[in-house]
Amino acid sequence: MTLQRDVDTLRNIPLFSKIDPSKLKLLAFTSERLEFQPGEQVCRQGERGDAAFIILDGEAEVFVEAAQGPVRVARLGRNDIIGEIAILCDVPRTATVIAATPLVTLRISKDAFFNLVTQFPEVAIGVMHELASRLHQTTQRLTEASAGPHRPEGDPA
Amino acid sequence: MEPTIFRFIWKYSLRQQLVILALTVGSFPVLYATLELPKIIINQALAVDEATFELFGRELGQLQYLLVLCGAFLGLVLIAGLLKYLLNVYAGIVAERMLRRLRYQLYDHLLRFPLPYFRRTSQGELVQMINAEVEPLGGYVGSALSVPAFQGGTLITILIFMFMQDWILGLAAVALYPVQAYVIPRLQRQVNELGKRRVRQVRRNAEKISETASGVVDIHANDTSLYERARFSEHLSRIFFIRFDIYKKKFLIKFLNNFLAQLGPFFFFSIGGYLVLEGQITLGALVAVLNAHKDLSAPWKELLTYYQMMYDVKIKYEQIVTQFMPAGLKPAERQLADPPADAPEFGQEIVAQQVVLEEDGELVLDGVSFVLRLPCHVAMLGNAGSGRGALAQLLAGLLDPTGGRVLVDGKDLHTLPESVLGRRIGYVAPVAHVFKGSIADNLLYGLKHRPIRPRPADPELERYLHEALASGNIALDPFADWIDDAAIGVTGPDERLPAMMRVLRLVQLDHDVYLLGLRGTIRAAEKPDLANGLLRARQLMLQRLSADPDLARLVEPFDPDRYNTNASLAENLLFGTPVGDTFGPDRVAEHPYVLKTIRATGLFEDLVRIGYRVAATMLELFADLPPEHEYFRQFAFIDPEELPRYRALIQRVDPEHPETIEEEDQRRLLALAFRLIPARHRLGLLTPEIQERVLAARRRFRADLPAELRGTITFFDRDSYNDALSIQENVIFGKVAYGQANAAVRVAELIGEILDELDLTLRVSAVGLDFECGVGGSRLNLSQRQKLAIARELLKHPRLLILHNATDALDAAEQAALRDAILEEFRGRTVFWVLNQHEWASRFDKVLVMDGGHVAAFGRFDQLRNGGTPFGKLLAAT
Repeated sequence: MTLQRDVDTLRNIPLFSKIDPSKLKLLAFTSERLEFQPGEQVCRQGERGDAAFIILDGEAEVFVEAAQGPVRVARLGRNDIIGEIAILCDVPRTATVIAATPLVTLRISKDAFFNLVTQFPEVAIGVMHELASRLHQTTQRLTEASAGPHRPEGDPA
Repeated sequence: MEPTIFRFIWKYSLRQQLVILALTVGSFPVLYATLELPKIIINQALAVDEATFELFGRELGQLQYLLVLCGAFLGLVLIAGLLKYLLNVYAGIVAERMLRRLRYQLYDHLLRFPLPYFRRTSQGELVQMINAEVEPLGGYVGSALSVPAFQGGTLITILIFMFMQDWILGLAAVALYPVQAYVIPRLQRQVNELGKRRVRQVRRNAEKISETASGVVDIHANDTSLYERARFSEHLSRIFFIRFDIYKKKFLIKFLNNFLAQLGPFFFFSIGGYLVLEGQITLGALVAVLNAHKDLSAPWKELLTYYQMMYDVKIKYEQIVTQFMPAGLKPAERQLADPPADAPEFGQEIVAQQVVLEEDGELVLDGVSFVLRLPCHVAMLGNAGSGRGALAQLLAGLLDPTGGRVLVDGKDLHTLPESVLGRRIGYVAPVAHVFKGSIADNLLYGLKHRPIRPRPADPELERYLHEALASGNIALDPFADWIDDAAIGVTGPDERLPAMMRVLRLVQLDHDVYLLGLRGTIRAAEKPDLANGLLRARQLMLQRLSADPDLARLVEPFDPDRYNTNASLAENLLFGTPVGDTFGPDRVAEHPYVLKTIRATGLFEDLVRIGYRVAATMLELFADLPPEHEYFRQFAFIDPEELPRYRALIQRVDPEHPETIEEEDQRRLLALAFRLIPARHRLGLLTPEIQERVLAARRRFRADLPAELRGTITFFDRDSYNDALSIQENVIFGKVAYGQANAAVRVAELIGEILDELDLTLRVSAVGLDFECGVGGSRLNLSQRQKLAIARELLKHPRLLILHNATDALDAAEQAALRDAILEEFRGRTVFWVLNQHEWASRFDKVLVMDGGHVAAFGRFDQLRNGGTPFGKLLAAT
């Protein structure tokens, strides 16, 4: 539960692997370590987002509101990042994320996230990469959906 | 109000002035005698040729005679002094009463000003006039008759005395008075004229200052603070130059006065000396006249000053009074009268007949006519400038029509006293005023029309009321119970709480008040029941937490035998709440007793070492950030300005040998360590072994606390209520854990459940009702203020409610809910609602559309919604 352990965890996340350890320490110190119990909401679709979460331990499921109720679209695990879209584009949360197991996250506030992205181009590129691949997946799924019958259960992102 | 100050004095203080006069006149014989005696002493008692004297038929030796005369002189001086003392006190009281009366009259007029007048008059000026400018008037009133009588009388007494000694000397003494009496007032008038200009300028300053205070946000937002500084400086410069001229003239007068006064002795020595040498008068007489002349200059000066003051005050009074007598001043009767027996119930109809309202030569309402059967819910629409706001204020009786009239149940609305209007009608402005005082005070404000239950009579109260009457003030006790319980349908103070909570629920302010209550503090000694109830809540809380591991992780309770990892080191050591500043967060690391305790438990060096590690970590983390970065505020233990100092400190000291570090540096490092919260900062510095020793220090700190420090800390004690903690903290009796998602929300829910179970929610809300709103409600947000103002009107239970864009400060969702709640509450009563939300109109019985001061449309929503009508256009535009 110490700062140093959080820093080590962060360093193992590909997105942050190239960042100077002292900066990672600052990130860890200014971020809040937040634990969720299974079933607890990490964020809710439509809410205003002011933070992103990095999963340090455990798994979470992503749901999107659809006409026939919530649809599970992804399952996230260790080192995955949650909620960065809302804080990057200043839009409401695009999905609901619920802890599937006991979940340990690092809550990075909007300011800290921007600080990171502006200071370290490699992080910005990493985030871009992540977003682009999600966009690609979404496009693919849309194509499939319009071509064939609806499949509620998607593969993990 | 009286047009001149002389009429004012004559009307309200003639008797007192006569008493002052009588006291003054009574002192003259004594004064004369004190002048006469020295002469007798010199000429007779000290004369060498007589050996015995006869006094009241008794023979006295020379020495005895001298002693008797000196004794008499002493006695007379004493009597004269006492008379003067009496006179001064009495005149002072008269002056103060008249001043109080004048201020009260001005305030009375202020309350009767027509509303538009406030737009033209600045608050600062009003304050300046009522407070500062009338002050010299009071001084004058006390001396209006007494000074001319006393000083004039003294002057005449002395002159008579001098003429009786020798008429030539007398003439010499007054020879220059005509010159003075002619020249000085002329110069003085110029000074007074400057004085008046100064007064006007000071008023403008007051206006400027109050404008700065109310516009300060816009000043900063526009970067015009330099401009404002320059403008203010210009105002000050005007005062400066006026004063400069005043000084030049004033001291010229002083110079002339002194010079002319000093000419007197010149005449005495030359003429009087000649007469003594010639043997025409005695030396004793000349000494006495010289003495008398010395006394003469004082009253003469006083008379001149009095004349200057009288002239000044006369003008000042007229200047102030004309400001307080605007056209359209409401008759006092309309505010003082009780409701007449035939007051309308607002139950039949409201008829507007050709209502015209003119403001500053502009037609705001131009022939408004309508007939409305009551009860009815009316939506009033129209663009800004259409006259809808003015009509709302006019219907509330706040504005009087220039022409036409409004009939309510057949009675002219604008002839009704405020005791009818202010109780039957509720009015909420777009930005309503919240008064200084608690939330409860503000809610009950609309019920305080007349004192209902007096305070038990006591001499203090008697004296207060008597004195109020003596100054022509209203003899009502503001500390009596003014709350009209009958109006809210309750029988006494105990039943007010549910009524208040009901209206707060209607305006959705109940939860806010409950939260304020949770954050509020109480004194267990004053509310033992509530404190006991909250202790039960604390026990329940602890039970729930220990029963459910899912809840247990949310709160870390205060346990005397365990280190609380969600609390700071300082909190863990003190294990209590500091009262006052002695052990406050910024001071605790310096307190000798704290230092003594941690030294005694061998913690001192370890904590200094930990402080060193904290400082080193902070330097590592924050060194590269610009000093204005907000992380410093949010996270750093060290202010950015302090960083270099700590860097130097870190390089200077040797953490392995804390005892070698200078005392000042030790304190700094210690202060850092004291702020560590393990669960939050996760630095891993406070090892279990250190924590164990902090627990030992905690026990020692409490056990050995010197008696004189007992009042500075309230220890955490599971079985007693802690007055220094908020209600919420008392129930939780621990720290909400860091790092647990939604911990604060879930703990709040848990507290809510427990308080509900124990039936304490209402009592906690009652504590919230005692929350002080601040000046103008500044401690509440805009939305809360507006809700409070609406709740105040709802509680009053008016027959007619007028809302003037009253909900614009609220969230959209809240607005809709509030609208429905109010319309439901007022079923069977009348509502006029000036709306910006045209789409709401369908929920009202009638729609009234204003345009250019006319009624453009009036009727049912479904009749008006068609495209052709003005309402149709308005609706289409949204």
